[in-house]
Amino acid sequence: MAFYIVQFLTGLASAASLFLVASGLSIIFGVTRIVNFAHGAFYMLGAYLAYTLTERLSGALGFWGGIVAAALAVAAFGVLIEMILLRRIYRSPELFQLLATFGLTLMIEDIVVLIWGPDDLLGRRAPGFRGAVDFFGQQIPTYDLFLIVLSPIVLGLLWLLFRRTRWGVLVRAATQDRDMVAALGVNQKWLFTSVFALGVFLAALGGALQIPRDAANHAMDLNIIVDVFVVVVIGGLGSIIGAFVAAVLVSELNAFGILIFPKISIILVFLVMAVVLIVRPWGLFGKPEAPARKTPGLTVRPWRPLSGNERLAMIGVLVVAAALPLISGSYVLTVASEIAIFVIFAASLHFLMSVGGLASFGHAAYFGLGAYGVAFLAKMAGMPMIVCLLIGPLLGLLGAAVFGFFVVQLSGVYFAMLTLAFAQIVWSIAFQWVGVTGGDNGILGVWPAAWAGGAANFYWLSLGIAVLVVAALRIMVFSPFGYALRATRDSALRSEAIGIDGKRIQWTAFVIAGTAAGIGGALFAFLKGSVFPDSVGISLSVDALVMVLLGGVETVSGAIVGAIVYKALNIWLVSYTDFSKLVLGAVIVLIVVAMPKGIVGTIETLQTRRARPAKATILASQAETAE
Amino acid sequence: MSAVPILLSVEGLTKSYGGVHAVRDVSFSLHAGEILALIGPNGAGKSTCFNILNGQIAPGSGRVRLLGRDTTGEKPRAIWRLGVGRTFQITATFATMTVRENVQVALVSHHSRLFNMWASAPKLARDEAERLLGLVGMNGFADRPCGELAYGDLKRLELAIALANQPKLLLMDEPTAGMAPRERIELMRLTARIAREQSIGVLFTEHDMDVVFEHADRILVLNRGALIAEGVPEEVRRNPQVRAIYLGEGLVYDARHREGASA
Ligand SMILES: Nc1ncnc2c1ncn2[C@@H]1O[C@H](COP(=O)(O)OP(=O)(O)OP(=O)(O)O)[C@@H](O)[C@H]1O
Ligand SMILES: [Mg+2]
Repeated sequence: MAFYIVQFLTGLASAASLFLVASGLSIIFGVTRIVNFAHGAFYMLGAYLAYTLTERLSGALGFWGGIVAAALAVAAFGVLIEMILLRRIYRSPELFQLLATFGLTLMIEDIVVLIWGPDDLLGRRAPGFRGAVDFFGQQIPTYDLFLIVLSPIVLGLLWLLFRRTRWGVLVRAATQDRDMVAALGVNQKWLFTSVFALGVFLAALGGALQIPRDAANHAMDLNIIVDVFVVVVIGGLGSIIGAFVAAVLVSELNAFGILIFPKISIILVFLVMAVVLIVRPWGLFGKPEAPARKTPGLTVRPWRPLSGNERLAMIGVLVVAAALPLISGSYVLTVASEIAIFVIFAASLHFLMSVGGLASFGHAAYFGLGAYGVAFLAKMAGMPMIVCLLIGPLLGLLGAAVFGFFVVQLSGVYFAMLTLAFAQIVWSIAFQWVGVTGGDNGILGVWPAAWAGGAANFYWLSLGIAVLVVAALRIMVFSPFGYALRATRDSALRSEAIGIDGKRIQWTAFVIAGTAAGIGGALFAFLKGSVFPDSVGISLSVDALVMVLLGGVETVSGAIVGAIVYKALNIWLVSYTDFSKLVLGAVIVLIVVAMPKGIVGTIETLQTRRARPAKATILASQAETAE
Repeated sequence: MSAVPILLSVEGLTKSYGGVHAVRDVSFSLHAGEILALIGPNGAGKSTCFNILNGQIAPGSGRVRLLGRDTTGEKPRAIWRLGVGRTFQITATFATMTVRENVQVALVSHHSRLFNMWASAPKLARDEAERLLGLVGMNGFADRPCGELAYGDLKRLELAIALANQPKLLLMDEPTAGMAPRERIELMRLTARIAREQSIGVLFTEHDMDVVFEHADRILVLNRGALIAEGVPEEVRRNPQVRAIYLGEGLVYDARHREGASA
């Protein structure tokens, strides 16, 4: 019994940081409607900075002063970010806000490595809370008890702040109706900035308070943000009470999940989240949201199928691509195969996010499932390659069918957060279930059959499959199904009113996109000869998002161009710099701020402008104001 | 009247939002080929009625019967399949498609081909779409992006979309709001003509009394969620209660007013 109570208390202590970060995220979202992906990065910065300060400053005052000073410094940094970056994107589509703050996360990750080095840093113990108390033979660290008491205190302080101060009243008013506050003559800019500062302070404090418990490390930003997304999905985005209750719930589920399913403890959290989403899609304490801002909306140029000449040009390009093995060596061909595979991956995400308006932040899950599907079939069942390629992607299909059912119930940021959380669950399983997946060591020795062996053969295979998949997806875009999908994206109200079952259409699209990604993953497994949890990871999901974005979210062929440019750039970049995340993050932020239409979108806009000078300017100005 | 089938009958509809009784105990019926106006001041509950009728919101209590079937609580898409077309007070169209494609999607849905993944949709039901666009006078706009249409044109497009499933009943929430006076009269005349020719029942709401009195066979007057008058235009016009509501807003119908507008 005592053991369970101690387990329970440990859970409560872990809830403290989770609550601090989640409440910060919720407060920011409430007022600015931005889901700040970089919140995990601020949490990480808080921890690292607190480590440095508490090492430098001595004594109890030095320690606690260091913790608070670290949180304040990160908050000040947050203010800077808000003023430089966020103010430019408050009116952008949600996808762009998520991506920009993700880009920021990538940059901060590399900056942390630059400043603090790659090693984990274990902070010193908190003065006054060094020991442990004995509880029927079980040890409870006193620092845990301190954290357990801290969260309700913070909750109470936040409550006082929002109920008893003028600033708090303004914030609450802004949460309810942004425009009304502007009408009251309140300086909205500074209200947003101060709210952001508070949110970042809470995140950094959460990180700083972690250092006596856990070493500061480079994975902590993404780890916490996934947990925080789960917390706000369960508790309801925008609700502080919700953040508190859900943080406790999730921490306890984790604490006890370990006991029930030691291998895949995350399953329990997943089940609870699924139930909450079915019963209350907007979370336990959240309110149903107004319809999300649409991802598309930069232009109103309708899509059209390729003309005869354009088709001929495409065939010409393909012939040239197919002739590549005549002039290049095996390294180039391997790179080109990889690019072809990523064209498949990007095109599959494009189908979901450009055609369907569903920006998945966890699309790698289905890519990875396809890869593991192949690896299982090849290694465990000893199937021939052709069978593996045909059946392996079905694992992606299966995953997409199960997760897709839940995620299409949501839209906008909730959709993004949930897809990310699901992908992270798949990743955890791949990582933790060592007996089946090999865990971190992956599954090795997945080699192609003789007919596909050799760089040239494999390249032709990849190219052929990529052409088939892209062509199939393109046909679907212009099929009645594609139109129904776009109709649901453009106006849920109208499409329902003309007999379209939007959820079913979206679910089907999710399964199609997941299967196509699975095909890419299947090829990828053979290309690398192995499968690792990385191919399910967040960074791969974001790679796909960036490819689509870089090419142009609102174009039909942007994803393909984006994949080629991005992948080529990425491979080149990694071989030239150790700080590829910094560059990549900066590129993402730049695209969002400076070139949101992407390569193909920008070219198309230039073309239309040349063709119809007068009208195009009107269009462009409409496009800028349209959300 | 008894020979003409009843398309829509509504009994005791009620809907409240918190303390606001948006609709209270509304009952009426509509016959095939009849043009029925639902009028009332802002916030009277007209849109709420429409939303209940096409299944967008569930009523607190009461029943809706469409074409002899109890459709209370059914989804909008199911009600559409029964042959009910709808236009919205604030237009809802597909901004990234061309005008023609907007109609084609509705046609493709009507022909139950939504899950067809290989046919080329821009080629499907093209002539039918052209015909519908021609009906509402939008032939010249077929290839224009819907997102750049003027508001009045969007309203006409909505009518074309609403006609795509060969409806027996049209629900039109302020079909001419935001249009120039001349366009309004044209659009309503067009609607009335189509309705008469094809014997479609029309329930519409409108703030322009000229339009209402010119076309409605019967008028329902809603105020604060409750029906306060019902009858042919003459009766409603003479009703003192209706006059009292509309007097303050200066909307009392005046025959001379109309002649002045259409001149
Ligand atoms: N979703 C909602 N939540 C709360 N109140 C609502 C909601 N929808 C409508 N109402 C209220 O119900 C009442 C009726 O609204 P409704 O939109 O049906 O009026 P209307 O007659 O269509 O008005 P208008 O002529 O302005 O379009 C109004 O008081 C409105 O404020
Ligand atoms: Mg209305």
